[in-house]
Amino acid sequence: MKNRSLVSIDDFSTEEIIKVLDRAAEFEKQPVRKLLEGKVIATLFFEPSTRTRLSFESAINRLGGKIVGFSEASSSSVSKGETLHDTIKMVSNYCDCIVMRHPVEGSARYASEIASVPVINAGDGANQHPTQTMLDLYSIRKTQGTLENLNIFMVGDLKYGRTVHSLMMAMSRWNATFNFIAPEELKLPDEFKLYLDNMSLKYYEHTDFTDIISKADIIYMTRVQKERFSDPIEYEKVKNVYVLRNSMLQNTKPNMKILHPLPRVNEISTDVDSNPKAYYFQQALNGVFTRQAILCSLLGIN
Amino acid sequence: MKEPKQLSVSAIQNGTVIDHVPAKNLFKVIQILGLDHIDNQITFGTNLESKKLGRKAIIKISDKFFEDTDINRIALVAPDAKLNIIKDYEVVEKKVVEVPDHIIGIAKCMNPKCITNYEHVTTRFLVVSKKNIALKCHYCEKITTQDNLQII
Repeated sequence: MKNRSLVSIDDFSTEEIIKVLDRAAEFEKQPVRKLLEGKVIATLFFEPSTRTRLSFESAINRLGGKIVGFSEASSSSVSKGETLHDTIKMVSNYCDCIVMRHPVEGSARYASEIASVPVINAGDGANQHPTQTMLDLYSIRKTQGTLENLNIFMVGDLKYGRTVHSLMMAMSRWNATFNFIAPEELKLPDEFKLYLDNMSLKYYEHTDFTDIISKADIIYMTRVQKERFSDPIEYEKVKNVYVLRNSMLQNTKPNMKILHPLPRVNEISTDVDSNPKAYYFQQALNGVFTRQAILCSLLGIN
Repeated sequence: MKEPKQLSVSAIQNGTVIDHVPAKNLFKVIQILGLDHIDNQITFGTNLESKKLGRKAIIKISDKFFEDTDINRIALVAPDAKLNIIKDYEVVEKKVVEVPDHIIGIAKCMNPKCITNYEHVTTRFLVVSKKNIALKCHYCEKITTQDNLQII
């Protein structure tokens, strides 16, 4: 896998994904390993994303690698008008791998074609965020013991949420059943339903957040954002409908786990946090292990 | 009196005739095929009457024969184009254009937030539907449909 990039989760075959997940499990047992000693990793954050950046930098530090980069575009040469093309060409000279977050869609694919070193997409606008998907897969496999034949519930903003789309496409490799719970305005776009139809996978759509969650193996919560609504009244109507409360979890499966890409606002009530079914903070920690595994895979380190 | 034989665009001895080009896209076809950069003799007529297209254009290029992969690049702007291959004033072969599997550098991605609309990047698309043209951008992965198709 040397000198390849990770721009979209589809860049990895199923075998490669499993290999990364196995690798991440080893890092969970023993996170501090100096496998990146002498390597320099560039973290280029053209838009701020504290959570993702800290997770990557923690992964790199635990592997003994050194970091160069910036955390927002205003402190880079972009503010002087340099093109992405030139920035990537230049940074390629200074490092062994580039981790990039950029607000423009497709920027990561473009960067991977220019760079002489592997590029890891840490989010390109509304397009892809494959390391998030990888850590979601890791969390699902770890808690369920398998990725096969699971019943995945996705709740909230299914229209714009890229993490939902990527995870759905990735889970379709393992014969998942999907239940989508969303307000009318934020329903899953047709192109993804078509995708599931073509894969002959079962999916169900609901607008009510009810007892059907008793069937879930995984509930994947997302934020319903005010700015997604054309009509503010519609937002006011739904903002408290798609909230998960501890009382709703009574009839759910014993091993069901709740995931959330974070940050959360009010869609998971804080009384859920102490329930053993809440897994979102552990999920964020898993991000460090999976990013360690991804860095090593792309750099060809065994 | 003998009816004078009228050809809107005079015949060529050897070469390629591209007929049924929508008149409004004549210059796009010329651009896509790079006809503005070759030394061959070229004659064309435009705004000719056509039952099918309303107004059509026709292009005749002497001593030039195209590969299928080249000619298919005009499929987005001239989907009904017909090619006649001429040898010694006779049509020896007829071809139609086919929409290729990949479109490189012809169409514009309709996503305003796509990198190809920010920086000087050659656009690349996977053709996901040929009948009602739908192009998936290699970069931002969004779909550009026929109604939103813009030729660069």
